[in-house]
Amino acid sequence: MDQYIRSLENEFMRQDLPEIGPGDTVRVSVRIKEGNKERVQAFEGIVMGIRGSGTGKSFTVRRVGAAGVGVERIFPFTSPSLEKVEVLRKGKVRRAKIYYIRNVKGKVKIKEKRD
Amino acid sequence: MKGILGRKLGMTTLYKDGKAFGVTVVKAGPCTVVQKKTLEGGEYDAIQVGFEELTPERAKKILTKPLVKKFEAAKVKPQRVLKEFKVGNINDYTVGDIIEVGVFSEGEKVDVTGYSKGRGFSGAMKRWNFRGGEASHGAKFHRELGSVGNHTEPAKIWKGKKMAGQYGNEKKTIKNLTVVKVDAENGLIAIYGAVPGARGGLLVIKSATR
Repeated sequence: MDQYIRSLENEFMRQDLPEIGPGDTVRVSVRIKEGNKERVQAFEGIVMGIRGSGTGKSFTVRRVGAAGVGVERIFPFTSPSLEKVEVLRKGKVRRAKIYYIRNVKGKVKIKEKRD
Repeated sequence: MKGILGRKLGMTTLYKDGKAFGVTVVKAGPCTVVQKKTLEGGEYDAIQVGFEELTPERAKKILTKPLVKKFEAAKVKPQRVLKEFKVGNINDYTVGDIIEVGVFSEGEKVDVTGYSKGRGFSGAMKRWNFRGGEASHGAKFHRELGSVGNHTEPAKIWKGKKMAGQYGNEKKTIKNLTVVKVDAENGLIAIYGAVPGARGGLLVIKSATR
């Protein structure tokens, strides 16, 4: 049964995005529509986790913005407004969802993953 | 009017013109026309269609003898499900015709009928969204339905009073859903929104009545 749903989803699956995982620092370029104009905005932060499968798969990116306010954005992997994703740094973490970084005081330190 | 039978597969997200749609995927058809009813024949213009072919051995086991004979007489393969659709022009169909999912196209409006998920004997809170009482603070009134009526006048409970009872497993029709995608090759149809029933449940898809 599932194979049929996957066959419909296949059309929307994107191959152009890099492999990302929790702890990675990424820059996500999102297309934003303002009236008739379209521009690209970048969102840079740490990947907190990946959830879902198929067209419902998404990832959460967290950055600490101005005045120390944490901002988290959820991006669907299949979203048409997702222009590109760049991996700036591979992080080495021990869990799949690094929600603990919300409670870290000061700078979040994540070791770099070396292959 | 067009109609087809299918089984619910599940839900997913599809994109169209840059917009995301939560859709239900249904494996619909092929349906075989088993019988025609006509106005001249003393009835009304309708076709009876079968869904899910059975092998002759299987048919003998799970169908009644009159049904097996009916399929034999119509010279079609035995089918598990039989349903009737009233059609506009009866002459478009002949017995033995196959109805595929391709009869529907993207953007069309459809009505979807199925049996909702059974929830058994449910309390008034689940069945009728009653508020119930507090869970704590010394309350002794938790998930009950409260007062059911007046006193000596009328000295009875009104018929139709919302109470606990069987909830779910009823025939439900969701009207005016939009077809987002049709995959004729695999016999799949993606319908915007939710439809009644569990995965694997039987669904009747008809073109919208209004």
